Amino acid sequence: MMEPKYQNLVEYFRAQMRKDPDMASAVAAIRTLLEFLKRDKGETILGLRESLKWATDCLTGEDSSVAVSSGGELFLRFISLTSLEHQDLSRCKKVMEERGELFLEKISMSRTKVAKLCHTFIKDGAKILTHSYSRVVLRVLEKAAAEKKRFSVYVTESQPDSAGRQMAEALRKLNVPVTVVLDAAVGYVLEKVDLVIVGAEGVVESGGIINKIGTYQMAVCSKAHNKPFYVVAESFKFVRLYPLNQQDVPDKFKYKADTLKTVQNLSEEHPMIDYTPPSLITLLFTDLGVLTPSAVSDELIKLYL
Amino acid sequence: TDVIIESSVGYFTEGPERKDDIVKAKQEGKELTKEEKQRLRKEKKQQKKSKEKKDDKPSRDSEKEKKPASAASPAPQTPTQPPAQKAPSAAPAPVPVPASETPSAADKPAKSKAELKAERRARQEAERASKGKKGDVGPQAAPGKPKAPPSELQPVVKRLPEHVQVDNPEVLKKLAKKLERQQTPEYNAATKIPLRSDYGYKVSLFSHLHQYSRKAPLTQQLGIPSTVIHPAIVRLGLQYSQGIVAGSNARSVALLHAFKQVIRDYTTPPNEELSRDLVNRLKPYISFLNQCRPLSASMGNAIKYIKKEISNIPSQCKEEEAKRKLLNCIDCYINEKIVLAAKAIAKYSIEKISDGDVILVYGCSSLVNHILCEAFEKNRKFRVIVVDSRPRLEGREALRRLVQKGINCTYVLISAVSYILPEVSKVFLGAHALLANGYVMSRVGTSQIALVAKAFNVPVLVCCETYKFCERVQTDSFVSNELDDPDDLIVTRTGTTQLEHWQEVPSLGLLNLVYDVTPPDFVDLVITDLGMIPCTSVPVVLRVKNVDQ
Repeated sequence: MMEPKYQNLVEYFRAQMRKDPDMASAVAAIRTLLEFLKRDKGETILGLRESLKWATDCLTGEDSSVAVSSGGELFLRFISLTSLEHQDLSRCKKVMEERGELFLEKISMSRTKVAKLCHTFIKDGAKILTHSYSRVVLRVLEKAAAEKKRFSVYVTESQPDSAGRQMAEALRKLNVPVTVVLDAAVGYVLEKVDLVIVGAEGVVESGGIINKIGTYQMAVCSKAHNKPFYVVAESFKFVRLYPLNQQDVPDKFKYKADTLKTVQNLSEEHPMIDYTPPSLITLLFTDLGVLTPSAVSDELIKLYL
Repeated sequence: TDVIIESSVGYFTEGPERKDDIVKAKQEGKELTKEEKQRLRKEKKQQKKSKEKKDDKPSRDSEKEKKPASAASPAPQTPTQPPAQKAPSAAPAPVPVPASETPSAADKPAKSKAELKAERRARQEAERASKGKKGDVGPQAAPGKPKAPPSELQPVVKRLPEHVQVDNPEVLKKLAKKLERQQTPEYNAATKIPLRSDYGYKVSLFSHLHQYSRKAPLTQQLGIPSTVIHPAIVRLGLQYSQGIVAGSNARSVALLHAFKQVIRDYTTPPNEELSRDLVNRLKPYISFLNQCRPLSASMGNAIKYIKKEISNIPSQCKEEEAKRKLLNCIDCYINEKIVLAAKAIAKYSIEKISDGDVILVYGCSSLVNHILCEAFEKNRKFRVIVVDSRPRLEGREALRRLVQKGINCTYVLISAVSYILPEVSKVFLGAHALLANGYVMSRVGTSQIALVAKAFNVPVLVCCETYKFCERVQTDSFVSNELDDPDDLIVTRTGTTQLEHWQEVPSLGLLNLVYDVTPPDFVDLVITDLGMIPCTSVPVVLRVKNVDQ
């Protein structure tokens, strides 16, 4: 009975992703949830909430990144954070839909806000190291290039999906000198660079981040070389996890969604993400401002409570 | 009724004349009008002030006897000199003033007025000078602080709590006076709260703290019958000082139960309001308990809560109803902040315990034991390593509780911690208090375990309820701590007592510390009833709690 609903949901999500490849998967998920809310024919608010939760779970099953689940939860909290005392259900729904549109508007501006904050930290003549393909980092570097700053970038290849090459292509289009390095060459190249900027798939309660595998290594090496390690992330990526070490990250985030569904023995699969503890991060640039890792918990308490 | 009248009379006066007036007024059945009450309060304040001045003068005399009269200039010139000397340095201010007064010591009664004038002028100059150069006073005041009385002459410097100024005789005298004043009704020597004296040689780094002997509990010095202190509180004080009730949660709960008994036995005296009188009744009890064993942070927060609840009782509330309300409040507090909090913390902690874990615990924390027992009931497969240390050997109690549940345990002493740590996957620690700068105050030895665990990259989790969060800031274990009975260190496991006559060796000191502070860099996670937070977010929780209240 759920099948057609599920199919519609997933189709819409995929369509959104295809329409705008530059959009974060979490934003596409939130758009899908908003559409789902509009189409939902539930009778009670509690039922509405339950079905939204179910929809978020489905989407997490489709794309297992941390941002989708955190974005979904924040969306749900944001729309319910208003007084839903109206008698009429349709009026409540309308209020929730308006809040949903507001939320979407806010987060679509978030990348611009982050770029505005971060580009000032890139000085003229800087050499930057980044990891894998991150659209937020790309936007930051675009803004810095637009401000007529001269800088060069080293990108790691980021196996197993060679996403780094995609990043290098995009940077070449901006006329930024870029070099692709092996993942194993991070320690070798670090003495030449001035700063390291990476994106994040999720920002956890301790102030650490969850990102593509290889980020932790880069953070440890930059700490050893005393180079600043900056993270750029939008605020909907803040998630209520608290991993103590690499093992403590839940399996549902570590592997791709299809792997989780098909493979029996996960210990043979290679994880796609790793956890970087807050002690290795210098600053986080978010649309809520420039934060130190210990301030993330403060912001999370404000967002979630 | 005679007893009740007398008990309320004791409040107002020190001199016999006023007492007669008031006894007369009360026995006539008239209630004191508002103006009379205000007048009485004013007079009481004035009498206090004059008494303090009298006390200060002899104390300052004794102080200047110790100091050499270096800047001794002839008496008539001296009143003008100190103000001039004030301008350059405010901190050595107390030294020139008493030094200049030494020549006038001979004809004190005649010079008393001039002296007082000079003192007052000197004080004003000091205040003006210190207000002008606030920055200068700070570093200069710091070396001068232990010598000078902290309150009068240096208003810029914040007053230190008296329990960390044990080596300053001024402060001890003030404390004795305060205890005298706190006795409510009968003021004969047998019923006042005695000032407990220190025992044995104190190591110089900790000479600013009290060190009591367990063989001389305060209760031996109380007269019988002790009508000032409620018997439940006397019993509690004895239990604290002998170590029968130990552990931060146990002490708070025992305190709250004793206060419940006090409230049940309390009757409002006539012409008094419950909200104000009860709070004043509790003050001597709290000083008494503080003398038996210094109050813990959790006890301090509990007392603050009770005082707030009592003072919020509306005046038109009848006594029975008010008492019932208070008893209810206390029960709620215990239930919410301790019992339910433990359940919430256990729920969060179980998520962090996975199958195959090897968990290290230190000493006996009621909360950590509760968590481990709960996790074991939820069928998590783990084993525990209990680390223990002399002289308290509290780990044995924890070991007993865990083994009774059927948990697989290992027992080591703290000296073997670096040997056993490579096997450990997580460390669970309890806390006595969490300070506002993120430091964890806990049983001595905790910071050592956290340090070694950090060196081995083992995650350290601290479990603490929010009622133990305190607004204090501390960065080391010296400034505020508790010294236990040094005689506890004498006997070793084999029963040898080579240190038995340690007091006779002049260069030997025994140190038995109770608490230490762990910096937040060594702690990975704090589990509270509000959820899992990093150690640096403690001030956020305090802020949220203050907003709630």
